Amino acid sequence: MTHAPWRAMARLTARRALYAVPVLLVVTFGVFAVAAASPFDPVKAYAGTAALGADQDTLDRLRENLGVDRPFTARWWDWLTSALGGDLGHSTVMRQPVAEVIGERLLWSTLLCAVAFAAAVLLGTVLGVLAARRPGSFTDRAVTSAAYVLEAAPVFWIALLAVWLFALRLDVLPAGGLTDTGSDRVTFGGLVQHLVLPAGVLAVSQLPWFTLYVRQGVGDALMEDPVRGARARGVGERTVLLGHALRSGLLPVLTLIGSRVPELITGALLVETVFSWPGIASATVEAATAVDFPLLAALTTLATAAVLAGNLLADLLYGLVDPRVKLEEM
Amino acid sequence: MTSDVDAAAVKPAAPVWRAHGGARRSTHALRLRVSAALVAVTVLAVLLVPPLVQLDQQAVDLAAKLEPPSWAHPFGTDDVGRDLLLRCVYGLRVSLLVGVVAALTATVIGTAVGAAAGALGGRADRLVMRLVDTLSSVPHLLLGIFIVAMFRPGVWPVVISVALTHWLSTARIVRAEVLSLRSRPFVDAAVSGGSSRWRVTVRHLLPGVLPQAGLAAVLMVPHAMWHESALSFLGLGLPTHTASLGTLIQSARGSLLAGQWWPTLFPGLFLIVPTLAVAGLAGAWRERINPRRRSELML
Repeated sequence: MTHAPWRAMARLTARRALYAVPVLLVVTFGVFAVAAASPFDPVKAYAGTAALGADQDTLDRLRENLGVDRPFTARWWDWLTSALGGDLGHSTVMRQPVAEVIGERLLWSTLLCAVAFAAAVLLGTVLGVLAARRPGSFTDRAVTSAAYVLEAAPVFWIALLAVWLFALRLDVLPAGGLTDTGSDRVTFGGLVQHLVLPAGVLAVSQLPWFTLYVRQGVGDALMEDPVRGARARGVGERTVLLGHALRSGLLPVLTLIGSRVPELITGALLVETVFSWPGIASATVEAATAVDFPLLAALTTLATAAVLAGNLLADLLYGLVDPRVKLEEM
Repeated sequence: MTSDVDAAAVKPAAPVWRAHGGARRSTHALRLRVSAALVAVTVLAVLLVPPLVQLDQQAVDLAAKLEPPSWAHPFGTDDVGRDLLLRCVYGLRVSLLVGVVAALTATVIGTAVGAAAGALGGRADRLVMRLVDTLSSVPHLLLGIFIVAMFRPGVWPVVISVALTHWLSTARIVRAEVLSLRSRPFVDAAVSGGSSRWRVTVRHLLPGVLPQAGLAAVLMVPHAMWHESALSFLGLGLPTHTASLGTLIQSARGSLLAGQWWPTLFPGLFLIVPTLAVAGLAGAWRERINPRRRSELML
């Protein structure tokens, strides 16, 4: 890699940004279409229990005021134009504007996902290298089987058992939330303490995938000519493993990180809910439970944008790591 | 945990190192037998226990509530004294049924869309595959949550939401298979013989893709079960009176915080075991088709 293909990367980013526009249009349109086809009634959602005692005239007037009597395509277009101006509507369940909900909670979700992912990558690399070092050995079998079992275990179930073990049985970590009960000041020490369990569980849910990939990548690299050549020159086993095999085996795996955003979001939805973590993923679940359409629509769009950004990141990294890849063709 | 069938496409190439000879064959045979036995036990349990065993899973016994596992109740009892082993078997029955129906629906949709795109080709193909790409940018569980939130409550919204989020990978597999079959001599022969596009698709292309679609459907069942239990756990899935494994874990949260671990532990194990067994079977099957490729667990 003599020089980074900055220009090609910029062009790819621009192209993907253009591609994201129709994708987001279709997804938001789909969201409004599904809502229009469902029995969900925005008027009843707006009025809440008051709708039960209201007479038909009031409901009709409300329907007109909310603009619900118009076709869903018109409502979709209105939503889209005001969303571009930064107005995503009002969340009934959070009692504040949707943009504010996202602004307040995005940081906590990002923190949780970043810590969890970093932990998964570090631990996964160590375990993957240990397993790949001697294929078929006891370590390899133990690591691989554990990875398979963890991959099959539902993340919310692991989260619940972790709460039982660490918060109730051992009583070493808090069971959830961001602060201790009775205080709402976020301190650094308190934050770390409250972050350990949710980030740990989220990391464990991402760990099997990463470990198995590293094991395979490093195992393949150990069979290749550069490694054979290094061994023939008498290079130490440690240098062969860490300097040759790990370097060439890990890079392709690292580039796949960006494409793991959907799995990370799925994990965050469940982990944040179990641990009452005040992020956007748990807000999504609350919005779904209360059928808070404006919040749900905005968060679905946001998640789609995050997935597209992740895919772009994966392709960019791939181009950086492997000079043979032509970014122009992606 | 939600890696798709198509995630296999980006996996690094298979390693060439592995155990050889008799040792390898016996490990593989053992894995195949254990997986097959577990799948058989699961299916037999959910089919036979309800009609044969004269026990009521809803039988409440407040005198025996929240008892830890014992000989009388191997999995313990829940917060109103119901036997958890029996509840788990019934829950597995519901989860498996939802999983199978959702996986079948998704496979039918995916096969139809994929075959249509592959057989039509050209602009229709590009449009359909663009749509598939677009839909795959929405995380499955999130889309599922959205659909269920809008159509709640009931069994059908769950089935539909799982089916609607899972047909994408099948459509991709089927389309790729149709494209490769299209260039085979027997298809050329049929076309020169005057067969219509419809006849070629139904008689020559579809039978060729069915094994692939079938394997994808089997692999999808555990994944669909996982989705159902995640939705139910979030309180957005099945109503509590049709207890599935997800609703069992959801309703066990109260007793978990009071220190009773068994109502949470066992339903989760009932989800893990069939998943591993199906993955083991699929791995053995794939190894038989393509012995050079080491099987991977796909969920």
